[in-house]
Amino acid sequence: MITIAGAGLAGLASALELARRGAAVRVYEACPEIGVGSVARFAGGMLAPWCEGESAEEEVITLGADAANWWAEITPVTRRGTLVIAPPRDRAELARFGRRCSGFRELAGDEIGALEPALAGRFSLGLFFEREAHLNPRRALKDLARAARVLGVEIIIGTKAPEHVDLDCTGIQAPLPDLRPVRGEMAILHCPEITISRTIRLLHPRIPLYLVPRGDGLFMIGATMIENSSDRPVTLRSLSELLGAAFAIHPGFAEASVNETGSGLRPAFPDNLPRLVRRGNILHLNGLYRHGFLLAPAMAARVARHLIPETTYAHHSECQRA
Amino acid sequence: MRIYDADISVPMFLGTAQYPSPAILQQAIRASGCEVVTVSLRRETAGGTGAGFWDMLRATGARILPNTAGCHSVQEAVTTAQMAREIFATEWIKLEVIGHADNLQPDVFALVEAARILTADGFKVFPYMTDDLIVGEKLLEAGCKVLMPWGAPIGSGQGLRVPDALRAMRAHFADVPLIVDAGIGRPSDAVQAMELGMDAILLNTAVAKAGDPVGMARAMALAVEAGRAGFAAEPIDRRDVAVPSTPVLGLAELM
Repeated sequence: MITIAGAGLAGLASALELARRGAAVRVYEACPEIGVGSVARFAGGMLAPWCEGESAEEEVITLGADAANWWAEITPVTRRGTLVIAPPRDRAELARFGRRCSGFRELAGDEIGALEPALAGRFSLGLFFEREAHLNPRRALKDLARAARVLGVEIIIGTKAPEHVDLDCTGIQAPLPDLRPVRGEMAILHCPEITISRTIRLLHPRIPLYLVPRGDGLFMIGATMIENSSDRPVTLRSLSELLGAAFAIHPGFAEASVNETGSGLRPAFPDNLPRLVRRGNILHLNGLYRHGFLLAPAMAARVARHLIPETTYAHHSECQRA
Repeated sequence: MRIYDADISVPMFLGTAQYPSPAILQQAIRASGCEVVTVSLRRETAGGTGAGFWDMLRATGARILPNTAGCHSVQEAVTTAQMAREIFATEWIKLEVIGHADNLQPDVFALVEAARILTADGFKVFPYMTDDLIVGEKLLEAGCKVLMPWGAPIGSGQGLRVPDALRAMRAHFADVPLIVDAGIGRPSDAVQAMELGMDAILLNTAVAKAGDPVGMARAMALAVEAGRAGFAAEPIDRRDVAVPSTPVLGLAELM
């Protein structure tokens, strides 16, 4: 029996990958409901490795390239790509973004309008990352738990994990040196008048903002990146920047309802890359930072290779010691 | 160069925002050899702590110069400075009082007032200012022992928009450390600032947003070194006509 602390994204994905390899798995979740205590609940749910290449290490692209296929077996994945645009005064940001990324083509204004009619005539240049996708994080967490249970994974909710587990996936609560919180804030808007079908990134010199359609007129907009451990509600400054960005994408968002705002603490290591770390007898998967849905599949496979004896031999180099 | 109570040998201060990761920031600090880093307090303390991030900064061994980035009033800047003094146990404060949200231009009137309050409270103030001589004089009267004129708006990468104003500041404030803060985009801008006789530069975006931040940090360090050495070596004056660099007298005449 392999035991896991934490039924968030990392814990559930690892449980599924272990179960797929035939292991008996038990997951402990302190919260009374799946997903409630997980920072993934506030994620964008973007499967956008090539866009992330703008600021992330190459490893994020390699590890994340197959994430959309992995998720598609578990939960609905919308494969409509990412459209990157900038207000006229931040056009230099678009040029920089293009220089730093791969896997896109440039779009003129009329092509943007053809892809997303709601944006016709509003932007004269865009970058289109056709292979990217997105999913609905809260639904995906539930579907992931269901898929794991189907394979026999036992998920015990409302129960703190025992002191010793085989795998710790407790995110920012894990006692790991070098792990730090990076605060993120988001909002969910309801605006049935506007139809946008793919993730839109609006470049901005200070914050990379994105708008992810959730269907039924719902849109998630995020996310700030603040080096801070506070989990208080979204600040006025952040919220006004997020809402301002939505308005810049389409003035029709002025009439949107702000259904929800949220904030969470992303766990990150100094290089902002996830790691498998062994500390004492416990293996940790942590540091998914802003790449949870993108990198959880590849990291979970790594966990499984490490914890299941038959396949462990060649994969020791994938794990560090804390 | 001596600034307040510290001897600084590398004339480059580095801002710590907007890097792809703290690991790259740490490498950039090491690659440049810079001894002073600025940290924005405002967004990083509200209700929690940025301890994880600060610990990584402290691990570099660089001296921390907290700043009041994003403050728009005297009161905000003073409060932020007081928080910074407690958190970082330093009297150094880079004082920014922003006058306009779009171009982040300093509000020099509020700046002088805040500098006066903070100096009286024991702070060692590094004021982010325009390149105006009279503002400089008022800041010195307020107790500042260093001046930080802008080269161009923050993050714009435009280089030194008015080199003559900086030259005038150098001449007017011969004995005051001058640090060009904001506007540096390329190593050539850093060289130019140092050739004008500035004592140091402070930069952030030019390094953090470069394709290779660590490579750019190194390039900037070489640039300030070159510019400072060039200034010390007394460059020749420009002339309107050519001056042969080899002697023409005594050359063989062809028949």
